[in-house]
Amino acid sequence: MNADGMTPWRLLRGALCILVAVYLLAPLVVVVIISFSSASFLQFPPPGLSLRWYAQLLSTPAWTNALLVSVKLLVPSSILATLMGTAAAYALVRGRIPGATVIMACLMLPIVVPGMITAAALFGVYRGMGLNGTLTGLVIGHTVLSLPYVVATVASALRVQDARLEQAASTLGAPPWTAFRRITLPLILPAVLSSLLLAAILSFDELIVSLFVSSARVRPVAVQMWSNLLGDFDPTIAAIATVCFGFALLVLIADLALRAGRGLRLA
Amino acid sequence: MTNVLELSGVQKRYDAVVAVDALDLSLRSGEFLTLLGPSGSGKTTTLMMVAGLQQPDAGTITLNGASVAKLPPYRRDIGMVFQHYALFPHMTVRRNVAFPLEMRGVSKTEALRLVDEALQLVGLPDHGDRLPKQLSGGQQQRVALARAMVYRPALLLMDEPLGALDRKLREQLQLEIKRVHQERGISVLYVTHDQEEALTMSDRIAVFNQGRIEQIGSPEELYDRPATRFVAGFIGDTNFLSGKVLAVSDGRCEIETPAGRLQARATQGLLVGASASVAVRPERVVPAASAALRGTITDVIFLGTSRKYVVRLKDGTECVVLRPANEAALGARGSEVELGWAPAHATAFRDG
Amino acid sequence: MTTVDRRLWLLLPAGLTLTVAFLLPVGWLLSRAFTFPQPGFQNFVLLWERPVYLRVMGNTLWISAIVTPITVLLAFPVAHLMAHGSPRLRRWLVFLVLVPFWTSLLVRSFATAILLQRHGVLNSFLIAFGFTEEPLPLLYNMAGLLAGCVQVLLPFVIFPLYSSMARIDPAYMRAASTLGATPVRAFLRVYLPLTLPGLMTGATLVFISTLGYYIIPALLGGARQQMIAQLIQDQIATFGNWGVAGALSLVLLAATAALLALLQFTVGLKEIAR
Repeated sequence: MNADGMTPWRLLRGALCILVAVYLLAPLVVVVIISFSSASFLQFPPPGLSLRWYAQLLSTPAWTNALLVSVKLLVPSSILATLMGTAAAYALVRGRIPGATVIMACLMLPIVVPGMITAAALFGVYRGMGLNGTLTGLVIGHTVLSLPYVVATVASALRVQDARLEQAASTLGAPPWTAFRRITLPLILPAVLSSLLLAAILSFDELIVSLFVSSARVRPVAVQMWSNLLGDFDPTIAAIATVCFGFALLVLIADLALRAGRGLRLA
Repeated sequence: MTNVLELSGVQKRYDAVVAVDALDLSLRSGEFLTLLGPSGSGKTTTLMMVAGLQQPDAGTITLNGASVAKLPPYRRDIGMVFQHYALFPHMTVRRNVAFPLEMRGVSKTEALRLVDEALQLVGLPDHGDRLPKQLSGGQQQRVALARAMVYRPALLLMDEPLGALDRKLREQLQLEIKRVHQERGISVLYVTHDQEEALTMSDRIAVFNQGRIEQIGSPEELYDRPATRFVAGFIGDTNFLSGKVLAVSDGRCEIETPAGRLQARATQGLLVGASASVAVRPERVVPAASAALRGTITDVIFLGTSRKYVVRLKDGTECVVLRPANEAALGARGSEVELGWAPAHATAFRDG
Repeated sequence: MTTVDRRLWLLLPAGLTLTVAFLLPVGWLLSRAFTFPQPGFQNFVLLWERPVYLRVMGNTLWISAIVTPITVLLAFPVAHLMAHGSPRLRRWLVFLVLVPFWTSLLVRSFATAILLQRHGVLNSFLIAFGFTEEPLPLLYNMAGLLAGCVQVLLPFVIFPLYSSMARIDPAYMRAASTLGATPVRAFLRVYLPLTLPGLMTGATLVFISTLGYYIIPALLGGARQQMIAQLIQDQIATFGNWGVAGALSLVLLAATAALLALLQFTVGLKEIAR
């Protein structure tokens, strides 16, 4: 083990990995700790612990409204994106559709095109339709942004699954919709749920389109955070950031559990 | 006997490639018919069209006397066993087998009874609560078989069902499928590229080559009286000797080869003066005094029940001879032998 | 005789949404470059003639060009340990990289800002250990911008690089060493070329993501690090100048497309999708 001349590299690699780990996680850890601070400015380490910033969060209408708007936004947009994305992925992977590769590439475009371009474009065309400042406008924007992630996730699950299972169901007497519901859907369900979670967190975190399309009355959490960040930082932002982080962590763990379940089934 | 399945003038192309060309085929009730051929010969495509998983470009397919052109797979009265089993991984064995009954609205209690009966038939009565992944390959294929026939379809389609199994298991399952076929009296359309499997199991075999049927008949017919050179070469071991046609008459012919003058059964298209090949099975070659062929034994291989001799004929071509082991030896390596056969045991084909 | 697959209908909702709520709006925005305020190429002339636009576009390219190699260099050891460490270690590393990956960019940028402030954690640490006496300016300048970008983009290199590395058979390296290659030569001649698909994919993702960034430069960078997305936002929100915004968008999109085409040319998109 030690005679291969690789030891210095192993040590360097270990050190760099620890450095990257600290770099990736330290900011988040610091924010979580500061959110429980008793001080009224962003001091680290905090002089004492309290829940006052969370209480502040819940008693400020701007924040509670923002949370409500975010939920009203992520629920429809993630469901719509999941339904449409799953249907599209199914058609593209299982159907014999001319130009399927090109259509798939087009559906991936919202990931590739910089968010600022999408946001400006939506803001521009919404003006003529009165959609700016409406929940509908935001829902449409978030749906189209989540769509590629759903299509990619579900399509890869469908590619792994044996297409002959559906043929078998068909020869055994199952009409297409029954075959899909009884055979295909249960097998890709972890991927579908996983993309639903992903769409929900994408909507919750999305800032740029929301920034353009939202209004003072319809303002999701990310935009509310942004407008506070441009002023003075106070620990309320640390508290909401911790809430966002907690939500992300929860979704990640749920997703990993789904993936683990899928792995077991495939093994 | 009535025909369960009838194909007439069926054609299928993939872009420029003709996969199945003007195919006529019929399957009698209760018959075990095998489509045999190399990969890409159109046998699986034919099966897929019967199942309704692919659509023919031309021709008609009738099942139980009615055209199925407009029927999707799930409304045809068929069962199908796939090469890789295609068991539903998220359902237990019992629910897999019950699936087609459920699709047909069979009552719960009746379904339960039929499922148990089917599992009994394939020798897995105690495996109902397992998931497919907990079974071996052979067990999975038995479940697939039970699932495909539990609802007593008019026709059972099997697409290389034993292709993924090892040799020993394959031979065991061949006999089991044969037994199930006989007990249930079910009509079977079976696809394989394994000629031994086809010979073992079938009532009749249709030999496919390049989208066409070369010959259709009982295993004995195909083996003893191949209609084309392809069939003679594809089924069983064969010696080929080439030469020129001297005479043709009454289904017999005489061929002049560098190794000697031979007599054989004539097939279509033989012309006097044209080149032709004579095919003869190794076990049909016998030692004969004053026979046409002379050669030297170059190798003797003991196979247990038989001995295989490789004989180099005087023109240099090799001829394999198979004799039962309990018979007197043909000779040792290096010894000269004289060989012959009954004219009915050899077949001559036009070359090219 | 080919009949159209009936499953085509399933594509309709997604296709329609994409067309109406994405393709057409983006097309409309880009078309402004040639039509606003009047038809012609005056917006592109403007981009070329006004130093501020050229400076911002140059800035954007320059920042992406710095962020990319730093990210790749830091990602390499992590991906390597992930690919060749024990399964237990791999699970921990994957989790460690996924946590920030799933956390909102805004939250992470804010967290980085807290860390880098004048009286933030990093400065306290540096002073306490005697690296510096005065707090260093780490925020609202190039340092803050780079720190934020690299942090957010590390996973985009780590994962593709890991998937390339995990596919490398250790037997290759052993074979190279039995053939007389020193570890360094074996690494450079055998290992590194095999990681190239992942490396190129990751680097391209980092480069094109950085080109379009808005939140990080706005929050962590200074006025001198203004980037193209900020300029687009400014043109629309402050000046209502859709023509220049469209032209800038077109330039940004063209740069993104060119880089993707380059990646497709060198690695192949099929390889990337794996």
